[in-house]
Amino acid sequence: MSKIVEGLFYSKSHEWVKPLEDDVVLIGITDFAQSELGDVVFVDLPEAGDNVSQEDEFGAVESVKAASDLISPVTGEILEVNEDLVGEPELLNKNPYENWLLKVKLENPDELGNLLSSEEYANFIK
Amino acid sequence: MEILKKTCLYDKHLQLGAKMEAFAGYEMPIVYDSIKNEHLAVRNNVGMFDVSHMGEIIVKGTDALEFVEKIFTNKVQTLEDGQVAYGMMLYENGTVVDDLLVYRLNSEYFLLVVNASNVAKDYTWIVENSTDFDVLVQNVSDDYQEIAVQGPNAENIMAMALGIDLSQLRFFYFANYEYLQHHLIISRTGYTGEDGFEIYASAEAIREIWDKLMEHDVVPCGLGSRDTLRFEAALPLYGHEISQDITPLEAGLKFFVKLDTDIDFLGKQALIKQGDDLTRRVVGIELTEKSIPREGYEVYKDDQIIGYVTTGYLSISIEKPIAMAMINRPHTKKNTEVYVKVRNKMIPGFVRDKKFLEKKYSKTKGA
Repeated sequence: MSKIVEGLFYSKSHEWVKPLEDDVVLIGITDFAQSELGDVVFVDLPEAGDNVSQEDEFGAVESVKAASDLISPVTGEILEVNEDLVGEPELLNKNPYENWLLKVKLENPDELGNLLSSEEYANFIK
Repeated sequence: MEILKKTCLYDKHLQLGAKMEAFAGYEMPIVYDSIKNEHLAVRNNVGMFDVSHMGEIIVKGTDALEFVEKIFTNKVQTLEDGQVAYGMMLYENGTVVDDLLVYRLNSEYFLLVVNASNVAKDYTWIVENSTDFDVLVQNVSDDYQEIAVQGPNAENIMAMALGIDLSQLRFFYFANYEYLQHHLIISRTGYTGEDGFEIYASAEAIREIWDKLMEHDVVPCGLGSRDTLRFEAALPLYGHEISQDITPLEAGLKFFVKLDTDIDFLGKQALIKQGDDLTRRVVGIELTEKSIPREGYEVYKDDQIIGYVTTGYLSISIEKPIAMAMINRPHTKKNTEVYVKVRNKMIPGFVRDKKFLEKKYSKTKGA
């Protein structure tokens, strides 16, 4: 059974969004996603200062077997990239909700309304 | 809807929680726990694979030797009874029908082990080409189940778990064995670059052997690690490095094609004509920036596409991004600087040999 954290927003492409303060959010991949991928061996991420757009590809997470595109659940500017994942991509297998990918300043906080709640996401992956 | 076949170990794969996927018409285990762990178990200790989906075709009759010579690229005449040869079957134009192992029981009886995805095609092609020969061709794939036991500890575990002493069995030889009154054919062969064995037997025998090996902590390995292992050993996979559009010379498999004998096997004339005048060849590529070259990715030189990746991984054993790639000449020379296009980014790398890893076959055993 995949772990789902309450209070986060979820996309149908298996990313999660955690609101912090002042329209800043963390973005990561779900436990379901890491479990489907298997051993994560490489994470290809953009740089701080780049922009992401809701539903647009912004990088990839790669398992031994395949590369999976990362789809941004929000629009905004990247404030920070989780550099820990460069040296230790397997952190995404160990704890996908602690090990975020990007910290983003939202351009339009209303976009969060387009995402799924934890309950809706749980139903989605059933 | 396609109804997928199941091997005799299907229930055991489900009990082990394997991730199952369709492969060559079978529902096969891709990974049990972790491709990485399964891969390393084979490199460092011992692992086992359910390869019951592989196809087995028997060729027997007074003309069997002559016929197998006609359809197979490698030596058959000098093959001893009890010896195995790797090679290919070719179309007239020199491209590959399939790659296979030929087991010589005697000059009138051969067992051909072919790719699961090609069994039906191979069988039809073999029968069509056999009309002038006194041979009987039988597809016995459903009667032969198979486990591959691979890794430096394979010989020990076969002795300890099954009581079968394989210390005298030489590399690329096979023999008959008994286990709990079951008849087994065991060869010292494999698809991982490690020492190891392939066991052919009935479904009942294979299930009992699997359970016994599990009791001895042999790591079950799925098709995921089977591919990462064969890739590091630079062994070709049909549909990737070889295919109906690729010749063995283009694939760099000249060693397994005997052009210098008086045997006129199918496709030989086309290969002689192709000779050294190749327009493209499978080479190794190593990236110098961290990224992963995947199958199908384009390879560039000076903004020109010069080829494509046939198989690529972030190698588990040597931890480098490496690939096999079909590259146009003259860009096949070692150290040629190339780029692989990864998600619209050009990642730098260079052409290298395919010796990604030293193979650790046990070639001196019992010799």
